[in-house]
Amino acid sequence: MWRQFALLLLLMFPLAASAQEEVVLGLSSDRVAITTSFDGSEILIFGAVKRETPIPADPLEIVITVAGPSHPVLVRRKANQLGIWVNTDAVEVDAAPSFYAVATTNRWANVLSDTEDLRHKVSIGRAIRSVGAPMEITNAPDFTEALIRIRQKSGLYQMLEGKIALDQQTLFRTAIDMPSDLTEGDYTARIFLTRQGAVVSQYETTINVRKVGLERWLYMLSRQQSILYGLMSLAIAIIAGWGASAAFTMIRNR
Amino acid sequence: MQTYLPIAEVSVNAFLLLGLGGLVGILSGMFGVGGGFLITPLLFFIGIPPAVAVATGANQIVASSFSAVLAHFRRRTVDLAMGSVLLTGGLVGSGLGVFVFNYLKSLGQVDLLVRLCYVIFLGVVGALMFVESLNALRKARKAQVGARPPRRPRTLVHALPFKMRFRTSGQYMSVIPPLMIGLAVGVLAAIMGVGGGFIMVPAMIYLLGMPTKVVVGTSLFQIIFVTAFTTMLHATTNQTVDIVLAVYLILGGVIGAQIGTQIGLKLKAEQLRVLLAALVLAVCGKLALELLIQPAELYNLTELGRH
Repeated sequence: MWRQFALLLLLMFPLAASAQEEVVLGLSSDRVAITTSFDGSEILIFGAVKRETPIPADPLEIVITVAGPSHPVLVRRKANQLGIWVNTDAVEVDAAPSFYAVATTNRWANVLSDTEDLRHKVSIGRAIRSVGAPMEITNAPDFTEALIRIRQKSGLYQMLEGKIALDQQTLFRTAIDMPSDLTEGDYTARIFLTRQGAVVSQYETTINVRKVGLERWLYMLSRQQSILYGLMSLAIAIIAGWGASAAFTMIRNR
Repeated sequence: MQTYLPIAEVSVNAFLLLGLGGLVGILSGMFGVGGGFLITPLLFFIGIPPAVAVATGANQIVASSFSAVLAHFRRRTVDLAMGSVLLTGGLVGSGLGVFVFNYLKSLGQVDLLVRLCYVIFLGVVGALMFVESLNALRKARKAQVGARPPRRPRTLVHALPFKMRFRTSGQYMSVIPPLMIGLAVGVLAAIMGVGGGFIMVPAMIYLLGMPTKVVVGTSLFQIIFVTAFTTMLHATTNQTVDIVLAVYLILGGVIGAQIGTQIGLKLKAEQLRVLLAALVLAVCGKLALELLIQPAELYNLTELGRH
């Protein structure tokens, strides 16, 4: 009980201390609609720092993260056995966001200290939660690195150092590209204000990424009425097959 | 033109999908293979998740096979009696195959097994067909025009009980061999996620001694049912059939299948077999290379709790 109370105090303290500077945020859209012609999306995140006291001497830095819903991921490694490449070792990463972008105003080292990163889980490596690897796997970090590398290559994980524009230590804006193979869910955008590597204020909001229209209808049908969906798929196949055959016969007979 | 696929959850070019469907459709019409052994790896290649590729591939094969089989029905090159016997074995086999697949999955390494299955079966079938049909081509060239082919020797196939007359194939034989072939192909089809035409076609030619022209139509006939069964199974258990992806592949596929059937009718049976053998060997070679050469990325990801 006392420990929980102490923890609560500890958690409240930085918030109370940082009340001097607050984020007022704007988003180009708080909803991403996945339609049939969806081809990725760009989200503009902009805002201002509201303060009642004069600007402190230390320079203000900003970190913005956008994270998709987290899922467990199985990372497998191939090794050469008897001349062929086989999946041998596997490590389950307990929770990895399906999308993760970090944008900063400056070089990473100047923006956030390691302890603050650990506390708020900001950097890509920290945003991934990996608890236990099997005993026989000696180099578990390699697997997490591989996960990050593969997802960075496909644009799902992005490290955007110095990509936030900050004017007069007050107005900031950045654009984050979301690739076309997004998964549905609630994406969280977090904005951290930091001075000398310490978080002085933070703000969080949600971006809804949802399939709409036909996409939504088909998706729901496939989950809730899977037999009907399967029969519909077969019906389309049979009708299309018959249609093409009939059309070609007509063309030939002419 | 980009299209977002609701189940696969990726965005791909619609014309690319139409082209892929068309290509596989042409092959399907020419050779009487469903094309599953081609479409599934091709879909992997353009970034469709494997589970969705396998399930949607099956759905596409239903359409192209149906389109092609109608063309064969008009030419009377479908042996319905033989097709039904094969199908009976095939459905029992695919049920068994799903059971075997799930058992192997529980042991792990199912990916490797499927891949090895592909390499071994494509390799053996392709090589046998290639050698045999080249020999046939050479003989056909030497033989005088109008020379009658020698009578097929009587084998074990003709000595078993439960005989049945298959008029279209011009065969009078026991139902046991086609039932067994149907069963074996069904098992393999379920494990490898294909219709099984590339095994069925040579089996009918070499084991049952059926004429090549009839083999194609008959193979297509039974593939329709096996893949329809697979599609339903995937749609209800894994929910991995992507209907939007299927529509694009189907549109390309049904047109391709019609063109393929026309090309097939213009070619000689032996030429058809050499081409199919070469194609099977090419796919086998590619899969074998992937197993033998060190991949650029040693790691791969599987998202759990989705698909």
